[in-house]
Amino acid sequence: MKHRTFLWFFLPSATAMFLFIALPIFSVVTQSVFAPHEQVIREVENCSVFGCTKATQIDQEATQALREAEPMGRYVGAAIYADRNHLALSEIGALWNRSSGPVDFLGQLLNLPFYGALAFTLTYTLLVTPLAIMLGFLIALAVNAVPRFFRGPMIFVSLLPMIVTPLVGALILFWMVDARGILGAVIQMMAGDPNLSVKASTPLMWTMLIVYGIWSTAPFAFVIYYAGLQTVPQDTLESAMIDGASRWERIRFVVIPHLLPLTTFMALIKIMDNFRVFEPIVSFSASAHAQSLSYFIYSDLGGETRLLSSAAATSVLTILGVVVLLSPVLVRTWRSFGKGAA
Amino acid sequence: MTTRIADRRPATLQILLSGFLILWLIVAAFPFLWTLWGSFKVEGDFFSKADWMNAITGPLTQAQTGSSMTGDGYYGAWVQEEFWRAALNSLIVVVAVVCISLTFGTLGGYALSRSPYRYAFWLLLVALVFRAMPPITLVSGYLLPFFEWNLWGHLPTAIIVLVAINQPFTLWMLTSFFRNIPKELDESAMVDGCSRFQAFRHVIIPVMWPGVITTGLFSFLLAYNDFAVTAMLLSKENQTMIPKIASFLGTTQTAGNVMFAVSSVVSVTAPLFVLVMFFQRQIVSGLTAGAVKG
Repeated sequence: MKHRTFLWFFLPSATAMFLFIALPIFSVVTQSVFAPHEQVIREVENCSVFGCTKATQIDQEATQALREAEPMGRYVGAAIYADRNHLALSEIGALWNRSSGPVDFLGQLLNLPFYGALAFTLTYTLLVTPLAIMLGFLIALAVNAVPRFFRGPMIFVSLLPMIVTPLVGALILFWMVDARGILGAVIQMMAGDPNLSVKASTPLMWTMLIVYGIWSTAPFAFVIYYAGLQTVPQDTLESAMIDGASRWERIRFVVIPHLLPLTTFMALIKIMDNFRVFEPIVSFSASAHAQSLSYFIYSDLGGETRLLSSAAATSVLTILGVVVLLSPVLVRTWRSFGKGAA
Repeated sequence: MTTRIADRRPATLQILLSGFLILWLIVAAFPFLWTLWGSFKVEGDFFSKADWMNAITGPLTQAQTGSSMTGDGYYGAWVQEEFWRAALNSLIVVVAVVCISLTFGTLGGYALSRSPYRYAFWLLLVALVFRAMPPITLVSGYLLPFFEWNLWGHLPTAIIVLVAINQPFTLWMLTSFFRNIPKELDESAMVDGCSRFQAFRHVIIPVMWPGVITTGLFSFLLAYNDFAVTAMLLSKENQTMIPKIASFLGTTQTAGNVMFAVSSVVSVTAPLFVLVMFFQRQIVSGLTAGAVKG
């Protein structure tokens, strides 16, 4: 295809992505280094024989003029990144000197909003991704073992947690684990504590969010593995049997290696998706116990005072996080796919 | 079809697998059935302090409305709180997003699949990075310019933003789909004197529908399920269904209005059920196509 034709075909898509993905990234970066203007303070100096005294007053006109002249705000460089709500550099220094040991230090560190959100996001991503992939693999093995006739309806049911709107799916679970809901009642019965409430306990809230994550992610892994299982070479399986491989060994040495490339792909997609975990925290009204990076940005953007600069700084840090998280996979794709395309 | 030797399993393993499978099916389906049933009760039954069985039998619903099932939640949400307006907005957004992103995506995906040059690969890699970006980080980039230029709050703004966010995924899917259509098909048309666009129009478009429908389903899901973009970029009167449900939670916790949220949750889920029922095959093939090509 000629460059010129390519350009025309690709133009609409490229324009949309440039205007609404590339430029916003630029805009986020700019916003994060500018803070809203403070009021202009004018210093008036009164000098007399005995020396000079200084008085200050707010210059309304100048403030207005300044805000119009520089709508972006004033340039503050990395100050927003370093403040308490983000990287909190000075607070960390103080904590390090004050804390009694590494455990205490970590505990205190997680009380800082940005590090708390980062910790939850990473915990969520790193727990949900492998657990959901494993659960999906088990479901795929189980569905593969039932007669063909039942598989259609089973796939239908299994797809539901994934297809349903995240906000809605999380709400449905949240209502069930409510202290007055069915699962909440079961949890209270098992714990033997009639006043136990998921809403009030941080560990329970984290657990519920992770359970929701696994519930909604496992179907994706299931579908991929199920399709993968249909293409496992039967000849290899049977010759492994003849060689005396047990059931487990056949799964371990034939099925799993066959499914491994799929797993890489799936882990990539799911790490991306889980890292942006957001809706369940809204649904569970969990912000008092668990915040994710996305939720942190959302709560800065919403409300009466839109803290655009703060949200922008968190966004930049989140984007950096995504890049770091993806870098091994990106490098790998680049190596393998780049050779093929060249 | 005969059972293959490798498929035979000892009885205990078979029972174990079946038991696990039944457990999973309950875990996957029960929450939906529970909420569907509960949406026809009053709040005192759906959230029952006394006994969770009340949500099934509904004694309070009986006492308050005279029958064990009530449509009050649906009436309250759809008529009183004007959920139909949000449903209409959702419909507009979803239809527009699917149409526009498929148009852009087929053109772009076709070009990417037919380009022998290296930049096609780079573009796909950039798209992958864009795909990984959490939408809310982009939203924080939109707000300031959209306020300045008075673009904030309107449906078209949300539509074009969703189209753009959707592009990376659409491009990946359609590129891998178009790669499966033999090059010889459009090249022979061009030998016969068609321009590239004519070849696309007369040769590729008639055979591309299976891939386009599959991709369209995922565009639909993205637009329909979105919360981050629509919640932040739409004004109150232009709200779509998902932010509307979230606003039920924020404001109407009192006086049994949580049932509005429950009934609207059921209303939002119902179309998705129908979708999966009719397009299960396409959804499965779409998910796996990405994996195999990935």
